[in-house]
Amino acid sequence: MAYSEKVIDHYENPRNVGKMDDKDPSVGTGMVGAPACGDVMRLQIKVDETGVIEDAKFKTYGCGSAIASSSLATEWMKGRTLDEAAEIRNTQIAEELALPPVKIHCSVLAEDAIKAAIDDYRKKNDSAA
Amino acid sequence: MSDIPFSDHTGGVDLRSNYFELFGIPVGYDVERSAIQPRYLELQRVVHPDRFAGLGERGQRLAIQYAAFVNEAFDTLCSPLKRALYLLEVSGHPVDVERNTVMDAAFLMEQMSLREELSEVRDSADPEAAVESVRENAEAMMDALKDEFVRLWQEGETGYEQAADCARKMHFAEKLLDEAEQLEEEILDS
Repeated sequence: MAYSEKVIDHYENPRNVGKMDDKDPSVGTGMVGAPACGDVMRLQIKVDETGVIEDAKFKTYGCGSAIASSSLATEWMKGRTLDEAAEIRNTQIAEELALPPVKIHCSVLAEDAIKAAIDDYRKKNDSAA
Repeated sequence: MSDIPFSDHTGGVDLRSNYFELFGIPVGYDVERSAIQPRYLELQRVVHPDRFAGLGERGQRLAIQYAAFVNEAFDTLCSPLKRALYLLEVSGHPVDVERNTVMDAAFLMEQMSLREELSEVRDSADPEAAVESVRENAEAMMDALKDEFVRLWQEGETGYEQAADCARKMHFAEKLLDEAEQLEEEILDS
């Protein structure tokens, strides 16, 4: 199957690969898995005092489309508020990367990871307050 | 020729039967490859396209369909993951694997760290031992999931939902195991 140029670019030069300390209260961690293919994705955000995502990191074990989807997700999340980031939809990711229908689930995985990371951050900071 | 029911030529193989019926074994998770191999060879002979040479183009097409059915059945019954999914399907509780669930966080964490470990195998001081360790971990995980699946499956109605979760997890464990085995082979060959 042919990957689009954008997928190949993100796959060969993934942005923001890495890990943050998940114990840090300003860090939200989202772990998701795709039972259809066995891919696993970890997406983390670091949020500043004003509620803006100052940094995002990911690590994905999966196909090129899953890596590209999470790489793009971290790029889009940086600089956004949590509410703005929560509005990112898998359809936008799929469109930007020109994912074929069989790879749409990779973009769904990225959207789920975004939500999970935001939820984790909010849960941590609600209970701390 | 076309008047003769096709099934007269297929030794009783029926595309509507389930894979367990096809192989004449009870519906259940315990299936040994070696135990169903003889029946597989027999079925392959029965549906071999050469036996349908006289039935024209339609016969050939059907023969290919039968052969594909038999192969798919054997492949499914031999694979721990496919067998689990198929068993749930047969019992009227098909697993929707397309649905992406956040799933068990601890399980995913473990998956993540084992994949990480696997990706660092080549840089370790003893790659052979390192890959073996991941492979053994993956095998143990798969075995535990199989046991868990059987337990839940035998529970019946109350266990199906968790059995489906278990089957979803098997997909991750199998992928990890495949990758570990592949890497181990590469390392041993080099």
